[in-house]
Amino acid sequence: MVDNGVIADDGVDDSRRKFLLAATVATGSVGAVFTAVPFISSWTISERDRALGAPTEFDLSKLEPGQMALAKWRKQPIYVVRRTPEMLKLLADHDSQLKDPKSEDSDQPDYADNAMRSRNAEYLVLVAVCTHLGCLPKARFEPADPGLGTDWPGGFACPCHGSRFDLAGRVFEGSPASKNLRVPPYAFADTHKLVIGLDDAKGAA
Amino acid sequence: MATVAKPSGSEPAAKAGGLKAWFYKRLPIEDFIRSQLTGYYAPKNFNVWYFFGFIALTVLAMQLLTGIFLTMFYKPGEATAFDSVEYIMREVNSGWLIRYLHSTGASAFFLVVYLHMFRALLYGSYKAPRELLWVIGMFVYLALMAEAFFGYVLPYGNMSYWAAQVITNIFSTIPGIGPGLTEWIRGDYAISDATLNRFFSLHVAAVPLALILLVVLHLVALRQTGSSNPDGIEIKEKVGADGKPLDGIPFHPYYTVKDTFGISVFLVLFAIVVFFVPTLGGLFLEHANFEPADPLSTPDPIAPSWYFTPYYAILRAVPNQRIGALLMLISVMAYLFLPWLDRSPVKSMRYRGPLSRAFLAIFVVSFLGLMYLGMRPPEGIYVLLARIFSVGYFAYFGLMYWYTKWDRVKPVPERVRFDSHG
Repeated sequence: MVDNGVIADDGVDDSRRKFLLAATVATGSVGAVFTAVPFISSWTISERDRALGAPTEFDLSKLEPGQMALAKWRKQPIYVVRRTPEMLKLLADHDSQLKDPKSEDSDQPDYADNAMRSRNAEYLVLVAVCTHLGCLPKARFEPADPGLGTDWPGGFACPCHGSRFDLAGRVFEGSPASKNLRVPPYAFADTHKLVIGLDDAKGAA
Repeated sequence: MATVAKPSGSEPAAKAGGLKAWFYKRLPIEDFIRSQLTGYYAPKNFNVWYFFGFIALTVLAMQLLTGIFLTMFYKPGEATAFDSVEYIMREVNSGWLIRYLHSTGASAFFLVVYLHMFRALLYGSYKAPRELLWVIGMFVYLALMAEAFFGYVLPYGNMSYWAAQVITNIFSTIPGIGPGLTEWIRGDYAISDATLNRFFSLHVAAVPLALILLVVLHLVALRQTGSSNPDGIEIKEKVGADGKPLDGIPFHPYYTVKDTFGISVFLVLFAIVVFFVPTLGGLFLEHANFEPADPLSTPDPIAPSWYFTPYYAILRAVPNQRIGALLMLISVMAYLFLPWLDRSPVKSMRYRGPLSRAFLAIFVVSFLGLMYLGMRPPEGIYVLLARIFSVGYFAYFGLMYWYTKWDRVKPVPERVRFDSHG
């Protein structure tokens, strides 16, 4: 103890000591940041799970007009709806009740960035994950559904927090959700085969 | 920690031979007992509100014990988790009891911690010099919330799945990095095996370690400043000729005996729940969680555990999801700033005026109201009420800086008020 005191007082170069201290701290900090990399990257999606999230095919031949089918892509539920001409006609009437009628604030591929939010107006493809907090919106296609009011044009209603969407997945005013339901990338390999997760089906078919 | 002069006591033990002396010479056992128990003076006027810290510590020990044994039988993983919990409930000898002790313990932990926190609001325990004690305690609470959430996901029932889905989705409301962050937390495109396994690791290793460390820090900070009391008087300021606080009594044996009584009463009530109503009508264990996780079917209605519903109700009360998530975050974090928001010259509600009392009452009613509304569906009158109670909740914190300054206060006595049992 006493010896230490003597050594410390004996011609210490303070600026050199400060420089060495700062350099050690800086090098150590950089090292700590690099050490964090493997741990953080371990939480990202593995190549195996990415491969399992590859595009999936869906057979449209058994889907009647007005019906909805459930597909799965990247472990997420996907709704495929074959819309009738009446359903499509109703879509144009309620723009004023929607939060984002033109889908400017919502997520969809370019080819679905249109009034019907689809490649082919007849088929609606949506990620069935509520844009509010991720519950599964339920299909309520009957217009004027007793639980949803006389002006209900048909669409989807989320049981968790009450968000409502029309038959193009567009969110109604008064919903806690702010964005329209997401449209996944998809393409038609032929008239009866839908490929979900792919923008261009030419290579896959 | 304690500054009581020590050598006089340890000398005889060190001089005497035997096993005890051998240990005392090699470990600071005597110092510890004196500084933490027999020589630690606590105010003599503690009332029933001062039971809950010790009870919380007991519940933590109980959760660690039952948790270690559950880990011996639980199998994390999408395919095995739900079945292994059923296996614990039906096949493992006494497994049902260990699991119910753990699930009831989680709810009991929050109940006790909420009462412990209310005590601090009532008697101003968070005020100087105990700001850090309060802040560390809040971190204990945050760690406890994380621990409870991860644990809730592990049985991988349908409510587990959708709770994980909804809670992780809150991160996706962060502008820019949100969706990527959510995917990183889940480790997959949706809640899956990867998510469940990392939550298991966090639940049994990372968060408990943090929790224990924070609780130790909380106790160290408590020993530094000493406990407050219902009168909000610093007992260290009035010491007798022997240097000991006039209004203090040694923690051991006085408060160890008192706390033993408190623990006994608590354990009786706890056992009644464990043995007769372990699910408490869906409040402690939700019915939807007795079905396996189903990514294609959301339970209807969906509600978090009762101890999270006040914040959940605030989240839902806001029609904009980003602002809703932000307000929920603020509602949880607001407690951290209490020591600096409260400008009252007195600590205890006993000597505060009508404004402070009224706002505390509004806060309690709002908190309980939001707790109830968070369990109800977000429809009609429930939404309106949730908005009113949210305003009440935030008014307590948001206006505290002013109402505590403007409020009338009564003179604080010199010494603590105490009626002996005659």
